[in-house]
Amino acid sequence: MKTFTYERARTPAEAAAAAAQDPTARFIAGGTNLLDLMKLEIETPRRLIDVNGLQLDRIEPTQDGGLRIGALVRNTDLAADKRVRKDYAVLSRALLAGASGQLRNKATTAGNLLQRTRCPYFYDTNMPCNKRKPGAGCSAIGGFTRPHAVLGASEACIATHPSDMAVAMRVLDAKVETVHPDGATRSIPIAEFHRLPGNTPHVETALSPGELITAVTLPKPFGGRHAYHKVRDRASYAFALVSVATVIQKDGSGRVALGGVAHKPWRVEAAESAMPRGARAVAEGLLAGAKTTDHNAFKLTLAERTLGAAITQARS
Amino acid sequence: MADQEDLSLSRRDLMAAGAASAAIAGAPAAAQAAPADAPSLAQVRFKVNGQKRALTLDTRTTLLDALREHLKLTGTKKGCDHGQCGACTVIVDGRRINSCLTLAVMHEGDEVTTIEGLGTPDKLHPLQAAFVKHDGYQCGYCTPGQICSAKAVLDEIKAGVPSHVTADLTDDPRLTETELRERMSGNICRCGAYSNIVEAIADVAGGLAKGDRA
Repeated sequence: MKTFTYERARTPAEAAAAAAQDPTARFIAGGTNLLDLMKLEIETPRRLIDVNGLQLDRIEPTQDGGLRIGALVRNTDLAADKRVRKDYAVLSRALLAGASGQLRNKATTAGNLLQRTRCPYFYDTNMPCNKRKPGAGCSAIGGFTRPHAVLGASEACIATHPSDMAVAMRVLDAKVETVHPDGATRSIPIAEFHRLPGNTPHVETALSPGELITAVTLPKPFGGRHAYHKVRDRASYAFALVSVATVIQKDGSGRVALGGVAHKPWRVEAAESAMPRGARAVAEGLLAGAKTTDHNAFKLTLAERTLGAAITQARS
Repeated sequence: MADQEDLSLSRRDLMAAGAASAAIAGAPAAAQAAPADAPSLAQVRFKVNGQKRALTLDTRTTLLDALREHLKLTGTKKGCDHGQCGACTVIVDGRRINSCLTLAVMHEGDEVTTIEGLGTPDKLHPLQAAFVKHDGYQCGYCTPGQICSAKAVLDEIKAGVPSHVTADLTDDPRLTETELRERMSGNICRCGAYSNIVEAIADVAGGLAKGDRA
């Protein structure tokens, strides 16, 4: 691990200002992904700004009947929150399907959104990777691509986003609240928060330098049957091959987002009008434009069948 | 009996000496490094197993390394050092975490409990006794992490924290084999003692809920 200085931030704006001044600085909260990457020297911050003391660890109702989840709320606490379990069960389910009890106790809401891909070529510092070193090339393309993206990928990167939580937040139309170094705040729709790789796969989110996530807000509950189906190589403690977050209403209408298939949670609102007609009809639009390899073409079939299972369960 | 005690003491001393010599061997390399790479030092004060501790550490020191290399509490094990195996599980302020994926300096004022704080050879924690009774290990390397994790798992179920296999999110979770297996999935045992580990934990909890093995 490279050496770094360590400091505790006192206010969100102060933390943002400190990070904006120093491009080698990183925020640290749970640290479960960042420290892993620092040990491998994939991340090499020279300055760590500990944001754990910023009191962003509460879940509060919003004025319009939704919930405001502080950036530092731990994954365990968010999944266990009674309001979330009752009104946003897809979010509880997604969180509980991810990582281990130990990791969920540390990992935060904002950190979960900002975690990096688990592409094995990103992790292997002996292999070129456009995320680690822009312009170096992508070792995954032409390599072993079973876990990789089948939607929205580019010639520069075919990595997937590993978060389960973000897939549920996408189906719930969450918004990401941030503070800029000058103290100004903004709210970013989750659909615009994560970026597709394009020619700049190292730029993963809409955040500007120093911008700090302070909360994630959920809209007023909209009912329906909530489910998160995660298909993986073992029954627990593994990343998704494909995951399907659904909220399905009694009349058969509904929403769906996919994980494990793209550089961001994958949702195509226009395809959702086909929900009452079943998974095949939805898949036509949801999976349109997919580009697969021999190793990962199974993800399309898997996504459609998993959605089919979710629809069947919601009707039962 | 006296011989056995001597043996265990000398083994601990040997491990402590090994850690100390490793630290000395590392020192010249740090001294030769360019100033920009010089270690940054920071102080941290926390309680470990009820005892106040104050350390001045290289900021890079994980909680795991602080416990093992600085406080000589070698009961907590380093397995993968990347949060994948759970051997380093300790309890901080009542919650289990991977001590390898957290910096020691981030634990100012915290209360850390390691396996040494749960029980002693003369007075085993009920989980330690149950692991012995049920043969919940073979090589034993993952066991301190398994036991710290298991203690927290029982507390989590009591507190009503749901898991991936909890059928109804609006209900309190039940103590079932499926629940224990899911909740313990962050602790890998390469000897494969899993079924006995589940039995040991269930024994301490007073048995599994009826109608389990779904």
